[in-house]
Amino acid sequence: MKYNNNISAAYLFLTPALLAIFIFFLIPVFAALLMSFTNFDIYSLGHISYARFVGLSNYIEIFKDPLFWQSLINTFYFVIAGGPLSIAVSLGAALLLSSKLVKFKGIFRLVYFMPVVTTLVAVSILWRFIYQPRFGILNYLLGFIGIHPIDWLGNPHWAMPAIILMAIWKNFGYNMIIFIAGLQNIPEDLYEAANIEGASEWNKFKNITLPMLAPTTLFVSIITIIGYFQLFAEPYVMTQGGPLNSTLSIVLYMYREGFRWWNMGYSAAIAFILFFIILVISLIQLKVQRETAI
Amino acid sequence: MKKVILYSILIIAGILCILPFIWMISASLMATGHANVYPPRFLPDKITFIQYKHLFARLNIVRYFFNSIIVSVGVTVISLLVNSMAGYAFAKYRFAGEKNLFKLLLSFMIVPAQVTMLPLFLILKYMGLINTYLAIIIPGMATVFGIFLIRQYLLAIPDSLIEAAKIDGAGDFQIYLTLILPLAKPILITLAIFTFMATWNDFLWPLIAMTNDSMYTLPVALANLMGEHNQDTELMMAGSVVTIIPVILVFLSLQKYYIKGIMLGGTKG
Repeated sequence: MKYNNNISAAYLFLTPALLAIFIFFLIPVFAALLMSFTNFDIYSLGHISYARFVGLSNYIEIFKDPLFWQSLINTFYFVIAGGPLSIAVSLGAALLLSSKLVKFKGIFRLVYFMPVVTTLVAVSILWRFIYQPRFGILNYLLGFIGIHPIDWLGNPHWAMPAIILMAIWKNFGYNMIIFIAGLQNIPEDLYEAANIEGASEWNKFKNITLPMLAPTTLFVSIITIIGYFQLFAEPYVMTQGGPLNSTLSIVLYMYREGFRWWNMGYSAAIAFILFFIILVISLIQLKVQRETAI
Repeated sequence: MKKVILYSILIIAGILCILPFIWMISASLMATGHANVYPPRFLPDKITFIQYKHLFARLNIVRYFFNSIIVSVGVTVISLLVNSMAGYAFAKYRFAGEKNLFKLLLSFMIVPAQVTMLPLFLILKYMGLINTYLAIIIPGMATVFGIFLIRQYLLAIPDSLIEAAKIDGAGDFQIYLTLILPLAKPILITLAIFTFMATWNDFLWPLIAMTNDSMYTLPVALANLMGEHNQDTELMMAGSVVTIIPVILVFLSLQKYYIKGIMLGGTKG
């Protein structure tokens, strides 16, 4: 039951937000869609009349552009390898921190959360030095277990794994918090019943924890996947997309085309392809959610 | 025995999380060139503040710090005001199309921000706002996520409180200001931390909107500095320390609200 029916007051409260969202979000989204069908470039930046509608030719060109495919493959590599790994680390940390045997949970949680809150550009720079082949501490530490120095960011095979490793270190604390909340919602008596029947730890994990945690896992997967598709600052700062374009991501490619070469029509089309990918993933999530609810 | 294994894993993981930061601070206190040696040093043989002096005296870091503070505080204050008004309207008023409008807003959340950036840049350029603080503040002044969080929170506040204030003769805006805002304080603090930290740490949009050196925010300035000083490990680490200190302080002092915010997003998402 809502008592407030002073409609003009409601509209006054809504106007600033709706206006801002309309002008600085909704219009840009549609403008970007239009732009992706034009040849908007550096001349159009001077005067918009130089922009021409070119139909689907940006999209056609993109599909013939080897650099775009490279950026798409790289981004999928980052998402498919980095996403599940980071979720697994988050879940592992959450399970450990939910154990009744552990004290000082607050301190551990705080420590694991540190990388999450720190500025991505600053930690990317930090990790560039950690990965430094001659003086970096990672190669030094790996030397103790007999691993020869690796040129982490200079070798096309290692650059993306290096970025993934850093991303896991930076992000796992966030999903860990969500998993801890999810674990707290699992009723204790389920475990007690399993204990009476003499179930092993692994069986309890497989038959109680994982199924009960499924909605949380689905949510975490989706926000992680969507976030990972927007990979940008790490390659921008650590590798500039190199070596040999092995870390060029979709957003980095979009940024370069749009804001370095001012091929804004082309760049807008890349942005919409990213949007399309994210949309498809969100729709799959909705479908999974509905089917599992029934 | 189980306990020992458990604690060992937790402590090793903790060290792995903290060690890079310790090395960062330690390297920032070394003389130029001292972090680039083999084997790596974990502690400076003599603490020096020369890198910080360099940053402050010659590299304009005070200006970048100031820029970051202005845009982060600006976005936080304005978006809190705008989002709380809208959240209040959605929670406690009934008007035509209310439900559909709210659903429409929620659907906007799946659009990645990058899609809007090209036209947004052009709009702000035509308005003459590129390279001004407003180029960052204006696009951040209303967020669907903020409106959503505040609405959910206010739904739980009993209508009878508002009704009582009405009987006492309070106007709509007075009720919002003197009753709703104080009641919403916990969620407002949560949202404020999220917004402040997100704006402070943001990189892509400030990189696009601030092309003039004097308008750089700290992350943009740092990335730019990296291009010129990529061998100056100690200097870059000092710059990184200056950049992360404010967010770490905000987080440490208000971490309860921050953690609560993540859980809200996690369970209601």
